[in-house]
Amino acid sequence: MSKPRLVLIGNGMAGVRTIEELLKIKPGHYDITIFGAEPHPNYNRILLSPVLAGEMQVKDIVLNELDWYRDNDIALHTGKTVVKIDRAGRKVISDDGGEEYYDRLLIATGSTPFMLPIPGNDLPGVIGYRDIKDTDEMIDAATRHRHAVVIGGGLLGLEAANGLKLRGMDVTVVHLGPWLLERQLDEVAGQMLQKSLEDKGLKFLLQKQTEMLVQGESGRVAAVRFKDGMQVPADLVVMAAGIRPNYALAEKSGIYCNRGIVVNDTMQTYDPKIYAVGECVSHRGIAYGLVAPLFEQAKVAANHLAGYGIGRYTGSVTSTKLKVTGIDLFSAGDYMGGEGTEEIILNDPCGGVYKKLVIKENKLVGGVMYGDTADGPWYFQLLKDGRDIHDIRDSLIFGQNLVGDVGHAGNNKAAAMADSAEVCGCNGVTKGSIVRAIKEQGLFTLDEVKRHTKAASSCGSCAGLVEQILASTIGGAYTPAASDSKPMCACTEHSHDKVRKLIVEEHLTTKEAVFSELGWTTPNGCEKCRPAINYYLISSWPNDASDDPQSRFINERAHANIQKDGTYSVVPRMWGGLTTPSELRAIADAAEKYKVPTVKVTGGQRIDLLGVRKEDLPAMWADLNAAGMVSGHAYGKSIRTVKTCVGAEHCRFGTQRSMDMGVKLEKMLFDMYSPHKVKLAVSGCPRNCAEAGIKDVGVIGVDSGYELYIGGNGGIKTEVAQFLCKVRSDEEVMEYSGAFLQLYREEGWYLERTCHYLERVGLDYVKGKILEDDDGRRALHARLLDSLKDARDPWATSREPGAIKQFIPIAVAVDA
Amino acid sequence: MSNWQLICKLDDIPQLGARVVRRPSGGDIAVFRTSDDKVFALHDKCPHKGGPLSQGIVHGRRVTCPLHGWNIGLDDGRAVAPDVGSCAGFKVKVEGGEVFLAP
Repeated sequence: MSKPRLVLIGNGMAGVRTIEELLKIKPGHYDITIFGAEPHPNYNRILLSPVLAGEMQVKDIVLNELDWYRDNDIALHTGKTVVKIDRAGRKVISDDGGEEYYDRLLIATGSTPFMLPIPGNDLPGVIGYRDIKDTDEMIDAATRHRHAVVIGGGLLGLEAANGLKLRGMDVTVVHLGPWLLERQLDEVAGQMLQKSLEDKGLKFLLQKQTEMLVQGESGRVAAVRFKDGMQVPADLVVMAAGIRPNYALAEKSGIYCNRGIVVNDTMQTYDPKIYAVGECVSHRGIAYGLVAPLFEQAKVAANHLAGYGIGRYTGSVTSTKLKVTGIDLFSAGDYMGGEGTEEIILNDPCGGVYKKLVIKENKLVGGVMYGDTADGPWYFQLLKDGRDIHDIRDSLIFGQNLVGDVGHAGNNKAAAMADSAEVCGCNGVTKGSIVRAIKEQGLFTLDEVKRHTKAASSCGSCAGLVEQILASTIGGAYTPAASDSKPMCACTEHSHDKVRKLIVEEHLTTKEAVFSELGWTTPNGCEKCRPAINYYLISSWPNDASDDPQSRFINERAHANIQKDGTYSVVPRMWGGLTTPSELRAIADAAEKYKVPTVKVTGGQRIDLLGVRKEDLPAMWADLNAAGMVSGHAYGKSIRTVKTCVGAEHCRFGTQRSMDMGVKLEKMLFDMYSPHKVKLAVSGCPRNCAEAGIKDVGVIGVDSGYELYIGGNGGIKTEVAQFLCKVRSDEEVMEYSGAFLQLYREEGWYLERTCHYLERVGLDYVKGKILEDDDGRRALHARLLDSLKDARDPWATSREPGAIKQFIPIAVAVDA
Repeated sequence: MSNWQLICKLDDIPQLGARVVRRPSGGDIAVFRTSDDKVFALHDKCPHKGGPLSQGIVHGRRVTCPLHGWNIGLDDGRAVAPDVGSCAGFKVKVEGGEVFLAP
């Protein structure tokens, strides 16, 4: 049986991206044919500006080599323009007379530069700026001519002007608007931009209307004349006054068009067999000219072409970044403001920094940044997430650093970093190697950069910095998804949020049910989604779902921490950091008996025995169990420790019995499974010797009771815990902190620490659940206790038959 | 010439899990079982930094090394792109619910 045939018209970024997405989710479903009018394989059009500026070569910007088409059995026709779509006969006809039948047709014909309708617009030396051919022509003109005029002071025009200037031409930018980039910038930022471009040697003529292009003796264009009679010399005229969706072919074929090929939210045209994506499309009345929305469209179109029918494209909020080396400019969303909006502005003309944030109903709706764009991606994420910002409003304009430290030795300005600067401290990845990978491999997302460079793939603390580098390298092509819609992993389209909600709503209790209900593309997930799903199942349905050890990371399967040489570390629990001579003796005995090479005191007030062989673990645990000790869970996404100070039991300053309180909390939470590790501390007075300010839950004793703090973190992202409330009794400490942790267990995404959870939902939300809803708080606490009622020491259960097998290697007698 | 040795019952290896086979010399072998009860054997040493693959999470036809998250193909021992490297595979078969290895 032959496969259905899919024909793509337009071998550009949007169309080929759709094919890539399709091959990812349903490989081999179609016989695919691609027509491209240009003689090249698919290349990264966004990077034509760096090519023009001499920073890159054409070969660097090819996204899909010819091998890719061959490897995927795609018939590619380059240099062939489709001239007719015969919808009745379901075939397309190209300019060489060739015909190709289709069952599904995808139109991605892109856009064409708008050529001003003025006399002389067809003279030699007058071009648009769209493709490799135009770029080559500009490079060629720069070697033989002197004067260039760029008509249009938008993103493309300025990038063209900058490139031509770098190639030695004398460049004038003509612009009809009152300031540059008036569609991306407000007036102040526009003028700052003009000043810096003038410093680079560009000339500007604003509010000038072009009347005609004057022909010289050679027949080539020689000058530009304006309506006011002024004339400037021009051997090259680049029209960058906008683009027009290229929909003539579709319209001629009777497909409904209205300033673009009209599509619905599934990217389908009025002909159900025909889909369209990219710049040629009009979706809800908007034709997008930036690449990020096109990728979102590609994903949706691919899903429908694959027959899955999931996903709607509902429009995009876009951001732009000017790709002119040395100029930092970022804008996103509704940056002009208007009725019902407020603005926060930081203006430092001497320092060359200008930032404007536009806020509507406590949400960020737009922003412009000039000179310092380091926080652009962060603002953009806040904007897309629709996060209520009123609690961080007072420091918002100063950027993410003021809201929370991200470390990295103050290296937060990606654009200013040297290529040799180390970005990822875990894997030793420099900025230069990230930029190279982005350009050479054609990477567009943080995940792709992680996979190819390993940057941000270990502790993840440099992810923000890597995103900035991505944004500054590919400009407007970079769009992070809203946090709550980022797919969990490559196995699914669903986000953590969605998966968890469906597990609760549909009462799913096994991973197999999740995979089949939610349409997983892999038979049994991957190392990223399986642990997360296992957690969601158990935390949502503690009495119905059972743990799947094979979905747990080895540390949680072996109840010990794997070390670089494959040995393990053993940490017995010391409740509240308290121990006894007999416990210490048992630990010492175990350390000697099992020849533990390293004994170390941990930051969580207990003792770590490092370098234990896996097969020795059960026996060692049996010895420690016999001495009354249990697992310290130093290896799990679970309760780790409750650190305490000496407190009122001994300390002359102590106001509360902090050790006692710590032990009670630790016993309440024993064996608690959570999205990520959880650490607590209890201090007996505000001197806070237990460092409660950097714990997930920090308790500080005061004379009248306890202060509770939440969401602190002393690790990757140093984050000071936020004050939640003050309570009087030990019982209240247990109830309030237990309720908060249960809220986090029910709503936190897997591998999200409390500080990140809190940053996502906001402190006010948590206060609403814990402080303002007494019944809700008690119910949360009760659910926590219910899920922990059968808690058992994993060290004890690991010796049961079945569980112990994993610790015993199988011996064979013969060598290889 | 194969030198098949009985190592264990199929049910001694958990689905989507592995067991370690210890040899007198030459290093450990990891024997994996997939969700469809196929069995594979690889040198228990990740080509990246020598992590014990037997301790990794098994999914599809791959195992993820527990140390730094490299994915290794169970059938060919090769690291999944963009990572590069490979580890030796061994012959293994299941007959009558018993697993045989040719180490």
